[in-house]
Amino acid sequence: MEHIPILKVGEFLLVSIQVDMHDRLAMTLQDDLTTKLVATRAKGVLIDISSLEMVDSFIGRMLGHMAAMAGVLGAEAVVVGMQPAVAITIVELGMELTGVRTALSVDKGMALLRTLVDEDSFTLNPVS
Amino acid sequence: MIFTKSKTLALRSEEEIVLVRQATRSWMVEQRFTLVAQTKMMTATSELARNAVVYGGGGSARLELLEESGRVGIRVQIEDRGPGIADLEQAMTDHFTSGQGLGLGLGGSKRLVDEFEIWSEPGKGTRVSITWWK
Ligand SMILES: Nc1ncnc2c1ncn2[C@@H]1O[C@H](COP(=O)(O)OP(=O)(O)OP(=O)(O)O)[C@@H](O)[C@H]1O
Ligand SMILES: [Mg+2]
Repeated sequence: MEHIPILKVGEFLLVSIQVDMHDRLAMTLQDDLTTKLVATRAKGVLIDISSLEMVDSFIGRMLGHMAAMAGVLGAEAVVVGMQPAVAITIVELGMELTGVRTALSVDKGMALLRTLVDEDSFTLNPVS
Repeated sequence: MIFTKSKTLALRSEEEIVLVRQATRSWMVEQRFTLVAQTKMMTATSELARNAVVYGGGGSARLELLEESGRVGIRVQIEDRGPGIADLEQAMTDHFTSGQGLGLGLGGSKRLVDEFEIWSEPGKGTRVSITWWK
């Protein structure tokens, strides 16, 4: 079966979507990410969509689910590299992508993840 | 109106939804439509193709390259012989879904393209035509 690779980079997971995914493949990725988050206890996930030529309602919904799933498992998720034409199209389509954090590049996304994860550990273990 | 090129593709599976939206994109790349035009047409095509597969039980997509008074256009017609849509107004309304979707496919596609037409007859099927002019 076809899978989108999920890489472990330090304490984070990196998903780089390089192909135009059919719906089943997108669902498989969602399941794989959940499994991998549990197995690695990663604190953050970076989802790189810079190669995606479009995000329709199905892929948009999947991105939302992946972010929500990460949240439930105590991890932060950031979607990076959305092309401007894709962003324009998503808005016009009427999709809100609420709960999905975005950053312009992998570097900026990593930096954002760092900050979010640090904030999480601060709220969980306040210094008294 | 002159048809300078046309092609019909089958639409029976999730893989074929990808093939149809990719065909739309590559025709538009070839004709040098803007990136935003490519992205919007490709996205609308994907929404309508998925509806044909999921609700219509599969169908076909016809791609046409048009020319009218010196303007170039691309039209994608997606049809199925599924159950049809009894209440078109309701189906076109944002956030209406009879399934698990966001209910944005039809209303959203209409917003994305220059021309949008839909015909549907209960028991016979559905056909949607979208066009982008350069
Ligand atoms: N080809 C079709 N045949 C029969 N019914 C259809 C067809 N296309 C759409 N419909 C009906 O119209 C409704 C609205 O379609 P629309 O694409 O707007 O939303 P959706 O498919 O439910 O969700 P989304 O596209 O956001 O994932 C569908 O839920 C379905 O009931
Ligand atoms: Mg739909």
